[in-house]
Amino acid sequence: MAENNDPSILSITEPTIFERGSKGRDGVALPSTGIEQVDVNTLLPVDMIRDEIDGLPEVSEVETVRHYTRLSQLNYGVDNGFYPLGSCTMKYNPKVNEDVARYPGFSGAHPYQPVESVQGNLSLMYELESLLGEITALPHVTLQPAAGAHGEMVGMMMIRAYHEDHGNPRTKVLIPDTAHGTNPASSALCGYKVVPIASNDKGILDAAEVERVMDEEVAALMLTNPNTLGLFEENILEIAKVVHDKGGLIYCDGANMNALMGIAKPGDMGVDVLHLNLHKTFSTPHGGGGPGAGPVCVTETLAPYLPAPVIVKSGDKYSFNDDRPKSIGRVKAFYGNFGILVRAYAYIRTMSAEGLKRVSETALINANYIKERLKEYYDLPYDLPCMHECVFSDKKLTPYGIKTLDVAKRLIDYGFHPPTIYFPLVVNGAIMIEPTETESRQTIDWFCDAMINIAKEAEREPELLKEAPTKAACRRLDEVKAAREPKLRWQP
Amino acid sequence: MRYIPATDNDLKMMMERIGVSSIDELLTAIPSEIKDNSALKLPPALDELALKRHLRTLSNMNLEGTTMPSFLGAGTYNHFIPSAIDHLISRSEFYTAYTPYQPEISQGTLQAIFEFQTMICLLTGMDVANASMYDGASALAEAVLMAKRINKKGQKVYLSKTVHPEYRAVVKTYTNDLDIDVIEVPYDEVGKTDLKWLAENIDEHPVAIAVQYPNFFGVMEDMAAISKIASDKGALFVSATTEPIALGLIKPPAHYGVDIAVGEGQSLGNAVNFGGPHLGLFATKKEYLRNMPGRLVGETVDLDGKKGYVLTLSTREQHIRREKATSNICSNQSLCALTAGIYLSLLGKRGLRSLASINLSLAEYAKNKLTSLPGFSLTFNAPTFNEFVIKTDKPVEEINKKLLNKGILSGLPLGKFYPELNDSILFCVTEMLQNTDIDKLVEVLNG
Amino acid sequence: MGFPVELKYTSEHEWIRIEGDIAYIGVTDYAQEALGDVVFLEIPEVGSEIEKGETFGVVESVKAVSDLYAPLSGEVTKANEVLVDTPELINEHPYDDGWMIAIKMSDTEELKELMNADDYETYIEENG
Repeated sequence: MAENNDPSILSITEPTIFERGSKGRDGVALPSTGIEQVDVNTLLPVDMIRDEIDGLPEVSEVETVRHYTRLSQLNYGVDNGFYPLGSCTMKYNPKVNEDVARYPGFSGAHPYQPVESVQGNLSLMYELESLLGEITALPHVTLQPAAGAHGEMVGMMMIRAYHEDHGNPRTKVLIPDTAHGTNPASSALCGYKVVPIASNDKGILDAAEVERVMDEEVAALMLTNPNTLGLFEENILEIAKVVHDKGGLIYCDGANMNALMGIAKPGDMGVDVLHLNLHKTFSTPHGGGGPGAGPVCVTETLAPYLPAPVIVKSGDKYSFNDDRPKSIGRVKAFYGNFGILVRAYAYIRTMSAEGLKRVSETALINANYIKERLKEYYDLPYDLPCMHECVFSDKKLTPYGIKTLDVAKRLIDYGFHPPTIYFPLVVNGAIMIEPTETESRQTIDWFCDAMINIAKEAEREPELLKEAPTKAACRRLDEVKAAREPKLRWQP
Repeated sequence: MRYIPATDNDLKMMMERIGVSSIDELLTAIPSEIKDNSALKLPPALDELALKRHLRTLSNMNLEGTTMPSFLGAGTYNHFIPSAIDHLISRSEFYTAYTPYQPEISQGTLQAIFEFQTMICLLTGMDVANASMYDGASALAEAVLMAKRINKKGQKVYLSKTVHPEYRAVVKTYTNDLDIDVIEVPYDEVGKTDLKWLAENIDEHPVAIAVQYPNFFGVMEDMAAISKIASDKGALFVSATTEPIALGLIKPPAHYGVDIAVGEGQSLGNAVNFGGPHLGLFATKKEYLRNMPGRLVGETVDLDGKKGYVLTLSTREQHIRREKATSNICSNQSLCALTAGIYLSLLGKRGLRSLASINLSLAEYAKNKLTSLPGFSLTFNAPTFNEFVIKTDKPVEEINKKLLNKGILSGLPLGKFYPELNDSILFCVTEMLQNTDIDKLVEVLNG
Repeated sequence: MGFPVELKYTSEHEWIRIEGDIAYIGVTDYAQEALGDVVFLEIPEVGSEIEKGETFGVVESVKAVSDLYAPLSGEVTKANEVLVDTPELINEHPYDDGWMIAIKMSDTEELKELMNADDYETYIEENG
């Protein structure tokens, strides 16, 4: 019998879709429209017309389904198991939210339909804005940004517009050394120079240090609270005062909002602008990298600068208002990632006040529990009560030649997704663990047991870590080769 | 609580291990004046069925183009979506995964993106495509920023007024605080970029010329002529395509020497979704690879020499280069890119071309029917794909209201974006319509 | 890790080899090891001017980027184009095949500010 080229279920590699199929195969039944098809050469100038695109697949529906099903099996998602990526909030993605987002009135409506034919959508967006405004105590909200970094850009643009409106756009933005990389990149897009501020030996910002660098050329301090070490910026009120006294504003990266719901509202901390990541705190799926959504919530003072259009309600009718002379403008076509907004709205309506508070409290307890269970085995640079995540380092393991990367890869062999590694940058060899509230005590214990075992293996059998993973779809990949000889598309 | 496994007893046991007796002991860093105000006032919780009822009610308050004839396009298009797509993208190994930073357990996402990048290269004819951007509008804005990185000396970007008005607005927002001037190029009497104006007004060090292909009016731009102006003046040639189905039939941007080809990939199997999530397409020439924003997946081998995929060339990105990065973008529209990959697989080489032909033929049918009506004529007399602009001597808003009352979503009145075209409607005709829908449209308009 | 005595060094971990009024510039063994496998190099074209203290290029590994700061001012007379396709030479032979550019010095006074091998080794011990 000839060798079967179709991969068996046990085979690890899946050929590309371009290597599947055969000439003449179809994967779709195109609709008939009731008219005779006209020769395109009579409808368009001949020199504009291209041939069929060589290289596109020719596969049947069943081959397509098998191919992508097989690819899915090479992936690890939250539904496969524990996913403790710090600062990413990999919580469970409720199934009902997926169903409701597909309701035809949501998924089928066109953004340019007359507003009277999309009142349901406008109502949902309007209500979502008010729910997010309540959760953050920053009552004016735009849903337009497509992601957290997009929201950051919007927020910083609004800050710039505010300062310009007050006579001086200013030149600098203060950013702590614990910040996400998007913070300086977003500030640069708004033409600001980034001034880094060091956190203190407790891993947080000192008001005195902010005061030292704060002047009237500083447009804003951009911080994350709780910060990326999982610590609450306990000097936040003094810091906000220092910044506000010099006319600056406080931007808060809301990536870590999962720690704060029903516990503390950013608007009460002196924050002027905050973006949320609906795909973190509000349970919408990460989708393997997106789509997400990054609404921005601001104070009354900053409301005139929100992207246009905004949704307004008059009586029981909703409409869009484009007449916003001070607005920074648009950052996306149409109104934002509406399909994601539906899911977040469904989540908040399901959880309500009590549920969201329970979310944050449970996330906190889970993280502190992990911190306590692991600190004997892994170096803990800041041994303070943490919020929703905790950060270890590989310091105790380096004597055995083991690095953070090896621990991460070994965790894969134990069936867990690794934590965030080598971030924040202020901790060498950081291992940043965020369990979220959707993990049971048993799962967390299994994970801790695995981490403890790995620490012991590091001492006794370090090869197990260095060779890991051995139980995944492939072994460690050669990233140097990928970068030196970029191969970014399939070629026959 | 079904999304939170921990019981009160679990929490108590864990707190004992932590060494605290209440959650408050973990919150001592939070100033009390902040804590005191932390209670949330939100509507009461809905159980699963009540939630579905509530959202079904909201959904039912909307009309939409999958159950009634719709002639709306203008940047997002109602196309047939094969059932296999939703089944595949609903596999939660795909949609509940994070960005593929751990390649050994993310080969599915990585390979799907690698294949997507390949398909976008085939569609546009370009050398390299990234893993996707937020949407077509932000992709165009990023293309302008990229052009500026390459053409550092110049300051002016020539942006045709035939580019989607919201795309132009986004470009202006993105460039507002930077050393870039956006100059809008007028259109001529056939709805194309006014090349005479452009040739006369372009300055010595232009950054880029950006057009839409096919343009916002559905019209085919004179790409070869624009390309010549761009290369004569040293401007980068940027094209944006909002309707990628067209590229199944018309020459790809690369054929005309386009340097950066961007677009909106929603048409490739993604629902209209009231405007999002959509899918920004971004492709360029090999020589500009290092200036490109966004994620890239590359092929490599593992320790055993077996083929595999990784995120690569990430030193361009914000998490490494911070304020010097090529963009602040840190994600992609991975699931929408997966959708586009599945869609283009199902349609394949022949299906895409057939679908494009169907759109073109039906749009021509509608164009002929509409222009044969008294009081209706073409605003622009030029080749189009599946969109075209019709001028009428009747009040546009009244026409659309009348059609809505008869169960038809009419095209987009252009007066909002082009006051001088307040007598015109942009009609879009896709394979979701049948000849009978068009006949009905004409009948109502005739009545 | 070696620090050839015939070379001069900077605190940005570059080495300089003087041949008459020409200076060859590269990165040190310490720098290449800290970066890891170099995957990309951007260097100026022959004929361009570089100024002491300004960035003149970029060297990248998979996970890090480092700006190259000009240790001296002058006009670029040679650029090691071989490195563009084989950046691994920077890791393998940092002091010979891994040279990046040669410049015709415009101000030899600037040489006084460079470190010798002993000073550089001490510098690394104290700051590395």
